[in-house]
Amino acid sequence: MNRIKNTLAQDKKLLSIYFTAGYPEPGNTVSIIKDLEKSGVDFIEIGLPFSDPLADGPTIQESSGVALKNGMTTKKLFQQLEGIREEVEIPLIIMGYFNPILQFGVEEFCKRCAAVGIDGLIIPDLPVEEYNEKYRDIFEKHGLSNIFLITPQTSEERIRFIDSVSEGFIYMVSTASVTGSTKGFSQETRDYFKRISAMNLRNPQIVGFGISDEETYGQATKFAKGAIIGSAFIKHLNSGGKHDIPGFVKAIRPV
Amino acid sequence: MSYQVDKKGYYGDFGGAYIPEMLYPNVEELRRQYLDIMKEESFQKEFKELLRDYVGRPTPLYYAERFSKKYGTKVYLKREDLCHTGAHKINNTVGQILMAKRLGKNRIIAETGAGQHGVATATVCALMGIECIVYMGEIDIERQAPNVARMKMLGAKVVPAKSGSRTLKDATNEAIRDWINNPLDTHYIIGSVVGPHPYPDMVARLQAVISEEIKVQLKEKENRENPDYVVACVGGGSNAAGAYYHYLDTPEVGIIAVEAAGKGIESGESAATSALGKEGIIHGSKTLLMQSEDGQITEPYSISAGLDYPGVGPMHANLFRSGRGEFISITDEAAMKAGLELAKLEGIIPAIESSHALAIFEDRKFKEEDIVVVNLSGRGDKDLSTYIDYFKL
Ligand SMILES: Cc1ncc(COP(=O)(O)O)c(C=O)c1O
Repeated sequence: MNRIKNTLAQDKKLLSIYFTAGYPEPGNTVSIIKDLEKSGVDFIEIGLPFSDPLADGPTIQESSGVALKNGMTTKKLFQQLEGIREEVEIPLIIMGYFNPILQFGVEEFCKRCAAVGIDGLIIPDLPVEEYNEKYRDIFEKHGLSNIFLITPQTSEERIRFIDSVSEGFIYMVSTASVTGSTKGFSQETRDYFKRISAMNLRNPQIVGFGISDEETYGQATKFAKGAIIGSAFIKHLNSGGKHDIPGFVKAIRPV
Repeated sequence: MSYQVDKKGYYGDFGGAYIPEMLYPNVEELRRQYLDIMKEESFQKEFKELLRDYVGRPTPLYYAERFSKKYGTKVYLKREDLCHTGAHKINNTVGQILMAKRLGKNRIIAETGAGQHGVATATVCALMGIECIVYMGEIDIERQAPNVARMKMLGAKVVPAKSGSRTLKDATNEAIRDWINNPLDTHYIIGSVVGPHPYPDMVARLQAVISEEIKVQLKEKENRENPDYVVACVGGGSNAAGAYYHYLDTPEVGIIAVEAAGKGIESGESAATSALGKEGIIHGSKTLLMQSEDGQITEPYSISAGLDYPGVGPMHANLFRSGRGEFISITDEAAMKAGLELAKLEGIIPAIESSHALAIFEDRKFKEEDIVVVNLSGRGDKDLSTYIDYFKL
């Protein structure tokens, strides 16, 4: 939790990159994380692959499918992450659907996360009410920050409620869509960024979904603290960009 | 203890709404309004009129004399196969289209496996003049060509689900993704008692007309409202939920749920969720589902496309866990045989889904004086090519 808070406290706009563990090859996890940190990324989301990723578009769905075919499992991910904290300092967040975590055992999952040095979790299909009632104590006991999503349709009242439960940042979904849209941001979307920013929430907001290049990164971070890129990075990996991670990051955020 | 849904949307340990935040406004709007809307006089009037004049309700409760004789007990068939479009599915779609109109939605999405729910949805959309998009697994589109053609004739757009295993669960994923992408004008008509709360309860209430009618009809025929047993096949569980609904909290009525064993429970090609499933989350609901040790949802198998779902509705998961329901699984072979038998004994060709329910009498014995109501969820027209291939007709 401290690593996330320290990063958020920095006086700059943040860039986070998402990738699916086990994609394109099963053994990539650690090398991708190290390369991303070296390239200046501020934090990383490690995707736990799932057979039925409801909130994801085709790119992340496909990466999830490939990762599962590659034999990726929750157990394997924890094995790969063992010792990661000897090499990597930036915050690491696991993003995954709830069913694999439930099967692993929520308590056991949190324990392993804490042991390998994971700082937070994003579980899109674990609603804030269920979390509050059943799981919050477990997450807190293991020092894990649970990150919630808001969307352009989330009511102000609910945003305030989510803000009160959140510790870390709020994941602000840019538009009403699954991941991987590349339409660019409309005036309406930019107004939404502005509206949320003006709410002066306790937790800073990081924008995700639909950020694919320097322009959309710039639009998102004009009002928000940072932005997250997923599908565009997966596409980069898919088109042979595994050895040019710095090139990808530089194109989004030139130094 | 009641077997109905509780205030938080759970049936015992099962149910809830495990949905991404993007779906929250729509699901919450529905949750807040569905009971009030269903209670409205205008809704009830329109719903009942359409069920009577358009769907053809009440469906008969038919005493199957020759079938009964063969198995030494009294078997009544609830004839949902006589509903317009050939199955119980339309009870739900008529109700939900009326709901959608009252919620101000003008675009309908649905998922379908065999195509029965897709056809039932396309039908009510045609009736109301509302745009209709049906997601269907690419593999199912190939397997169920006649239903694809029916949906197209009815003016629906059929969109192939190309992700994952390209069958029903993936069609459901695609429909949910569509809803995420279209949060304002769209209503999602789910085809069974699955999905996030309030869907399981809403669909069960819309199908509850089945047991409501059974009570009245049995009273006329047998001078009693309660049979000894109600039997239904369970895919997601909507025809079963409708047949059980008014008997859930009447312990003297035995509830029998029939799942598809496919090629056998141990064969690796099965859809017997209660036997093979573990607690987990699928399509926004905590329920029993077939999954790997790592929590990946596995692909079920059954000769009947309508039972080919890796989960069951949360009501049924609770009936199983609590012991209120007796769960039986039936192989492809036994179901096909029972379907042919009903055709020969009663002149009724059942849907293969319903044949599963009929197949239990081979091994599950009842007393001579028992009254057993079997919900005959659909007719076999859609399955003719499967029957032809199987029996080399
Ligand atoms: C005739 C028939 N029976 C049963 C089913 C299974 O669905 P449920 O379990 O929701 O009744 C279907 C689904 O397509 C069907 O067409």
